[in-house]
Amino acid sequence: MTLTDKHIRYTGKFLFLAGFFLFNLTLFTGRYRITNDTLALSGLNEEMITVLINEIGPLPADDLSKPQIIKITGTAIRKANKLFRQENKSELVVYNVPETVFNISKSGMTGFPERKKELFSLLVFTLTIAGALMIFAGNTEYNKPGIRNNGIFVRPATGRGFAGYALAAYLLLFYTCLYFFPAWITEPVALTDPISMRITGQPAGRWFMYGFLYTVFILVLGIRFIIRYRNNRYQVWRTVSVIFFQTIFAFSIPQILAVLNQPYMDLKNIWPLDYSFFFSYRIGEYINAGTIGYFMIGWGIMLIIIAVPVLTYFFGKRWYCSWVCGCGGLAETAGDPFRHLSDKSLKAWKFERISIYSILVFASVMTAATIASLFLPGSRIFGMPANILQGIYGFLVGAVLAGVAGTVLYPVMGNRVWCRFFCPLAAYLGIVQRFRSRFRITTNGGQCISCGNCSAYCEMGIDVRAYAQKGQNIVRASCVGCGICSAVCPRGVLKLENGPVKERVKINPVLTGNLNDIV
Amino acid sequence: MTKHVVIIGNGISGITAAGSRPNKFGWPGQDMKGVHGMYSKQDLDMLEERTSFIKHGVVVGGGLIGIELAEMLLSRKINVTFLVREESFWNRILPSEESEMINRIIRSHNIDLRLNTELGEIIGNNDGEVTSVITKDDEKIECQFVGLTVGVSPNIEFLTGSGIETDRGVLVNNFLETNAPDVYAIGDCVQHKTPPTGRRNLEQVWYTGRIMGETVAETIAGTRIQYRPGNWFNSAKFFDLEYQTYGIVNAVPGDDEDTLFFKDKKKGYALRLNFLKHNRQLKGVNSLGLRLRHDVIDRWITENVTVDAVLNNLNMALFDPELYSRPNLQNL
Repeated sequence: MTLTDKHIRYTGKFLFLAGFFLFNLTLFTGRYRITNDTLALSGLNEEMITVLINEIGPLPADDLSKPQIIKITGTAIRKANKLFRQENKSELVVYNVPETVFNISKSGMTGFPERKKELFSLLVFTLTIAGALMIFAGNTEYNKPGIRNNGIFVRPATGRGFAGYALAAYLLLFYTCLYFFPAWITEPVALTDPISMRITGQPAGRWFMYGFLYTVFILVLGIRFIIRYRNNRYQVWRTVSVIFFQTIFAFSIPQILAVLNQPYMDLKNIWPLDYSFFFSYRIGEYINAGTIGYFMIGWGIMLIIIAVPVLTYFFGKRWYCSWVCGCGGLAETAGDPFRHLSDKSLKAWKFERISIYSILVFASVMTAATIASLFLPGSRIFGMPANILQGIYGFLVGAVLAGVAGTVLYPVMGNRVWCRFFCPLAAYLGIVQRFRSRFRITTNGGQCISCGNCSAYCEMGIDVRAYAQKGQNIVRASCVGCGICSAVCPRGVLKLENGPVKERVKINPVLTGNLNDIV
Repeated sequence: MTKHVVIIGNGISGITAAGSRPNKFGWPGQDMKGVHGMYSKQDLDMLEERTSFIKHGVVVGGGLIGIELAEMLLSRKINVTFLVREESFWNRILPSEESEMINRIIRSHNIDLRLNTELGEIIGNNDGEVTSVITKDDEKIECQFVGLTVGVSPNIEFLTGSGIETDRGVLVNNFLETNAPDVYAIGDCVQHKTPPTGRRNLEQVWYTGRIMGETVAETIAGTRIQYRPGNWFNSAKFFDLEYQTYGIVNAVPGDDEDTLFFKDKKKGYALRLNFLKHNRQLKGVNSLGLRLRHDVIDRWITENVTVDAVLNNLNMALFDPELYSRPNLQNL
């Protein structure tokens, strides 16, 4: 029997599903204990621990299930908090209860998979990654260079079928736990402990796990993207770039900084996407860190006031959104199978213009309040102190829109929901791109046959065809310059270009091929 | 088939844009179930339905629609036999080098390409459904679908007895006017009495329909203008290979013409420049796998630039996406 693509593909599917099954299985197998030691390991101070033990009563001798430990510790912390408030010891109050419950649970993990963590971690990640790569290797659609989207609108996973909604529901559960109830996913976090231990010498937190998974997704599905679009060098280099910025800038450098005891910074994250950049705790960290901290503050501000306008002037917002950004990186790689699900309606365009600039205004007001409070402690905007605004923004924009909605909606509304409707940095970049940039997508004379591939695969919901039919250049604030419209055009009509600002908008030209001046 | 009547301004104008229909040349069995042209949305719907249960399809006719239909069948994992009357794909239009490149691409996708092969008859079962075809060389090919893609003819039957002059199509003058006052014809159904220079009298291609529409719209809005298409151009995509053509490139160059053909085997692209022998003026361009700027090539042809100037300034005409390597003509 010879090894065919089909064998490779099916083996890959089997391995991937086995790994994915194990990953999910761990969620239901964890056992927990509470001891003085595990409480101490979870990073709580002694006074808190004493009160907690008091509230819990005699520490349970048996191992607890996940719901039990979450309930016991959660209740105890809330009671302790009440006590501290009554005694006016607000400095002892635990503000982030879910995080604390997570920490106590994680340091008290026992049994399976905790004891076989190394093996399980290796199994889960090897099986899923190797399985995924084998699925790509055995995909006959990738045998020849050239983009094939056969069946993408009708397959259940990519055509808003059952599989698509199931994926969205799974992601919704995962992200809700990750952001709001992390104690429910201690085991997946524990699976990344072996990796975290090797890099930083510390056990993994939830954000390490998320960062690791995020990077693996961009890397593995980036490989898929490169195979799929390998006939197009723009696509290949752009994907190499997002993989590079994710693995080095977003993932590795912050870990190195942590090992060196330096403050956290993702050097490619720019305010207002990095909305907490001016928060007092971060500015405090940077100032305390000395020279490197001052460099970080300077670098962050330079990105906002120099890099964004200058690079966007020369290249359009694509230099960031589809070459550097992590959100864009995930959207372009993991989100690639869903790009055609973006809403092309005029209504969506109108909604986008209101929503995205509202968030930019919100981010600006919140940040203005933050900066004001750095210099004038206790100052208020709209009757609210900065920390309240920060809390609202962090919950609504940082967690719900950017974290949960952005990715959960991939199989439902396409891969750029966050970038298109909500990202305040995209709004800022978009204003520069619309009014002061050399970037445009040019159309090629009279060659457009109105097939509509460009509009179908535009992840930002731009009706590219409407421009191509009229021979007009595409100059739109939302265009992230992914170049897919040009890649899927069967007649060579679209080209992303940088050129003189003056010539970039063309209104109703006569299409090449008609000698009459009909305008 | 669609007929549109538009009423504008003071007068009443009629426009026939009745389109065309796939040719059928009287083959036995040509109207059986499972035998289709590829023209309308209805054809597409029927194809989608039929491809859900069939194993093998036969495509008849070696042109642009034939190869597209073959590709569509492949996308549904259906084996295809492709019958082409000529000795090489589309070689009445394409010079032999280009045609040979496409032959190879068709075969590389596991399509059973039969050159020099004509359809004899279509055989069906008792329910009138196609079961096989027999070629003129008496070879039988089992199939459950036959695609007839041997060109189109104007839809003119509905005009019989209307007094509007027809021949193979609706006859029009240079203003796209029929013999009846205020009645115009545009698109696939048109036959020009005196076609514009360098153009054929029946020219069923997507953009001439658009230009005719623009022309008549201008006329009935008050400025009577002639139909004036510029230099010929067209494009297609053969599987993953894009094709563009500008100006006049005949399958065999005329006696007064010479040709330069560049091909990069490794990268799979090709470029042909046809020019007049005596003054080296550019007449036409074929490109495969290279995107060219319509405006620039069109201007070069209109301005009669020499082929040498074209080669020296080719970068101005390239429209490939950014980061593509420029074609190195020395190595072609």
